Amino acid sequence: MAGALPTTALPGVLPADAARRPGHNTWVSAIVRWLFIAVSLAFLAALLIAPLATVFAMALARGFEVYLTSFADPDTLAAIRLTLINAAVVVPVNTVFGLAAAWAIAKFEFRGKSVLITLIDLPLAISPVISGMVFVLLFGLHGWFGVWLQEHDISIIFALPGIMLATMFVTFPYVARELIPLMQQLGNDEEEAAITLGAGGWMTFFRVTLPKIRWGLLYGVILCNARAMGEFGAVSVVSGHIRGLTNTMPLHIEILYNEYNFVGAFAVASLLTMLAGLTLVVKNLVERTGYRGR
Amino acid sequence: MSFRKPSVLPGFGLTFGFTTFFLSAIVLLPLAALVLAAASMHWSEFVQVVTSPRALGSYRLSFGASLLAATINVVFGFILAWTLVRYEFPGRKLIDALIDMPFALPTAVSGIALTTVFAQHGWIGRYLEPLGIKVAYTWLGVTLALTLISMPFAVRSLQPALLEVQRELEDAAETLGANRFYAFRRIILPTVLPALLTGFTLSFARAVGEYGSVIFIAGNLPMKTEITPLLIVIHLEQFDYRGAAALGVVMLLISFAVLLTINLLQAWGRRRHVQAAH
Repeated sequence: MAGALPTTALPGVLPADAARRPGHNTWVSAIVRWLFIAVSLAFLAALLIAPLATVFAMALARGFEVYLTSFADPDTLAAIRLTLINAAVVVPVNTVFGLAAAWAIAKFEFRGKSVLITLIDLPLAISPVISGMVFVLLFGLHGWFGVWLQEHDISIIFALPGIMLATMFVTFPYVARELIPLMQQLGNDEEEAAITLGAGGWMTFFRVTLPKIRWGLLYGVILCNARAMGEFGAVSVVSGHIRGLTNTMPLHIEILYNEYNFVGAFAVASLLTMLAGLTLVVKNLVERTGYRGR
Repeated sequence: MSFRKPSVLPGFGLTFGFTTFFLSAIVLLPLAALVLAAASMHWSEFVQVVTSPRALGSYRLSFGASLLAATINVVFGFILAWTLVRYEFPGRKLIDALIDMPFALPTAVSGIALTTVFAQHGWIGRYLEPLGIKVAYTWLGVTLALTLISMPFAVRSLQPALLEVQRELEDAAETLGANRFYAFRRIILPTVLPALLTGFTLSFARAVGEYGSVIFIAGNLPMKTEITPLLIVIHLEQFDYRGAAALGVVMLLISFAVLLTINLLQAWGRRRHVQAAH
């Protein structure tokens, strides 16, 4: 979405003199103020806080022990394992890509740069179903390479490689779009000084650039990881939903939910919700270090 | 003019090469495959697939619910952003952090949680049921799910814009006798208009392609509560790749149109910003 996703919380912004301004301490402004706060809280309570609380209420509906035993189910364990393996491959690959893209875009001026940035953001604007479908069209049984792959006994769709490709497509921009504005904002002076003084490229990157961007990088990686573990639509299209084999955690939630195994479904959901919470905590810690992204 | 400006920094060839290679391999070539798959269809066949009554019904729901969700988000997003920017109250920082939750939360989780809350016996659904309002398994539920997942886009677009509203102008207007609503209409609204439209468009873009959260809360009945991405999945499950690709191209074109709109809106916002500074 073309550099258009502002995800940064705002600093404390309230001017201390707000209440002392002329005409600002009337009863009308007090009513407006409380009305706005009440509407905001009610909106968030219904739409966000109630569903979040429901996840844990449903997961613990039959007590803590049942909650814990639901993780002993072999299919659930297989789903957790697959999700971890998938993220363990996808996140590092996208991190390397993000670093490379940010270096090329932030450190150099070249023609077509804005086109490149838009293309990197492209997966954010595309329906996850389409992100998965493109790989089915390429590698599915009736896809372009389907027959060739079958002759050589290689399975991509309905198998781990397809899941990884679809996840990679969806989470492709996250590290890059955290790093590009950060590195642009930090400028090139220190790197140029290091190079001029005789440091090599890699040494400059590891000793000069990396320490400067480490918090932004950390947030990008954490966010990429949360999206990789939680992706549903794209993975759903390529996975084939084979229990214990190609079900990631979100897909396993769907199966358990459709089987009316609500404790099981919400137990897995609670893990992903905690991951999302952790992601937001890291985001706020990173912002407290002084770095503000977009 | 050469392709790039000279620089003492090394690594352009390596990083630029890797970036474009990886981008092409993972994103651009697969998307090209989609377009080619649809292009291999005969034009009449393509038109037949994308204008079938079931497809039209799915567009109606996908676009209608997404437009409605984006509208709700702009209205409540404005109130939320205003509250977070202008007022101090206990828990403000926590609320501000929570705004990003739908962005980090997997869509399947939002889907089952929202369905449970708004189902007949759910925490909120049980109070709506006697009023005759059914949310789960209706278009209302679809709208609600889309509102939830696209909410951060509206709020986060509006917050920086509201920060830039010049309080002095507001004060001056009030001192000169303008009433609150006149000041709002003539000073605040023009300043935040680009952000408002950007927030709307971003919300819409995110909502129109959404799949995970919607399929749980929608009844998924053809013509009634079936969104376009679900129809694509149904085509794929029947190994009708070409039909799926045709619908995919329609959605892709819409995504591009929305992307273009966002870029134009942001350029407009920047221009206004520059003008205002002079």
